[in-house]
Amino acid sequence: MCGTCGCGQSDESYKIIKPGEEEHSHHYHHHHDHTHDDEMHSHEHKHAYAHRHDHDDHGHTHEHSHGADDHSHQHAHGHAHSREIIVEQNALQKNDLLAERNRGYFEAKGVLAINLVSSPGSGKTTLLEKTIQLTKDQINLYVIEGDQQTMQDANRINNAGAPVVQINTGNGCHLDATMVSKACKQLNIDKKGILIIENVGNLVCPSLFDLGEAKRVVIMSVTEGDDKPLKYPTMFETSDICVINKIDLLPYVDFDVEKSKEFASRINPNLKFFEVSAKSEEGLADWVDWLKNELKLVG
Amino acid sequence: MHEFSIAINIIDIVTDAAESQGAKKVNEIELEIGDLSGVVYEAMEMAMESAVSGTWLENTNITITRIKGKAKCSQCGKMFSIDNLFDQCPECGAFNPVIQSGKELKVKSLQVE
Repeated sequence: MCGTCGCGQSDESYKIIKPGEEEHSHHYHHHHDHTHDDEMHSHEHKHAYAHRHDHDDHGHTHEHSHGADDHSHQHAHGHAHSREIIVEQNALQKNDLLAERNRGYFEAKGVLAINLVSSPGSGKTTLLEKTIQLTKDQINLYVIEGDQQTMQDANRINNAGAPVVQINTGNGCHLDATMVSKACKQLNIDKKGILIIENVGNLVCPSLFDLGEAKRVVIMSVTEGDDKPLKYPTMFETSDICVINKIDLLPYVDFDVEKSKEFASRINPNLKFFEVSAKSEEGLADWVDWLKNELKLVG
Repeated sequence: MHEFSIAINIIDIVTDAAESQGAKKVNEIELEIGDLSGVVYEAMEMAMESAVSGTWLENTNITITRIKGKAKCSQCGKMFSIDNLFDQCPECGAFNPVIQSGKELKVKSLQVE
């Protein structure tokens, strides 16, 4: 139950914090107020074996039972006043609309927005730190950090010298367009440049949530399995760029770069690859050149 | 657990649609979930149950129709069933078919009073 208002939803909340600044917290869920003033009825549904319906206002009761198998079913009660509303709406429509608004905001500001996704520990933050160092005095780089907890990553980015805000999602497993919109307001993007949104480390959930980015970049590190694209296909399907990180460790691991690229290309033939070591900086020049080119295209 | 976030979005859509039509009660929500939508069918069922708990939709019957993946080969044009995004065309072996169905993640209709 929500600890703030007592409603039945779980107490999901996220925080947007700037390094060195006071916390701003947003109660992150929706309330649905609805009263039933003229109805007195109860339903019980979804039991595997037997269930019962009481309709006090209709004056009938019926019970029936099902066999041992747990199956799904529909009930027609023949209520004369029941009617159908055709909705036909994408479940993520609200997020998609907000993402389009973010996209418009980024275009108006001349900002290239990048959604950086990967599993935890693939080197997203290290790649960002190095990118900030290598583009200093050339590109205005802004960062939104997404993690369930802590300011660790925002502090690292702050130390590397880029304006940053941290979103702590609490129990949330992904960023969404609303969070990014709110974080942007605190980031005060006042110059043309690149905004890199480091998503929560997770190859599953962030794949469905458009943040309004121009490009989605998925990182895979060679200490992971080279079959990651087959295991998490949706993320590779929705990405534009795949960065293969930690290539300095290739002599010590079984990761087959060509095989991983072939797996990823099966799902998304348009994926462009960069092979880098954020630590040794090998391959980072190509990555930085790509960022600069994409920024030029924003105008 | 992105299914729970999606369930919250679904409840918003249902509430908006029902209230805009002056409905006082929602008897049934019909959803369509595709096998290639990135959502786990069973997790979505659970997420919907827990998301409606304590709301005005608590007693609403939720019907989820599962949509199987179908694709058309981008090389030879063969139509075939697809379980994974990396499946090959059974005819010519090509990858990256054009998905025809299975990506659905939507609120289809409501039965209201």
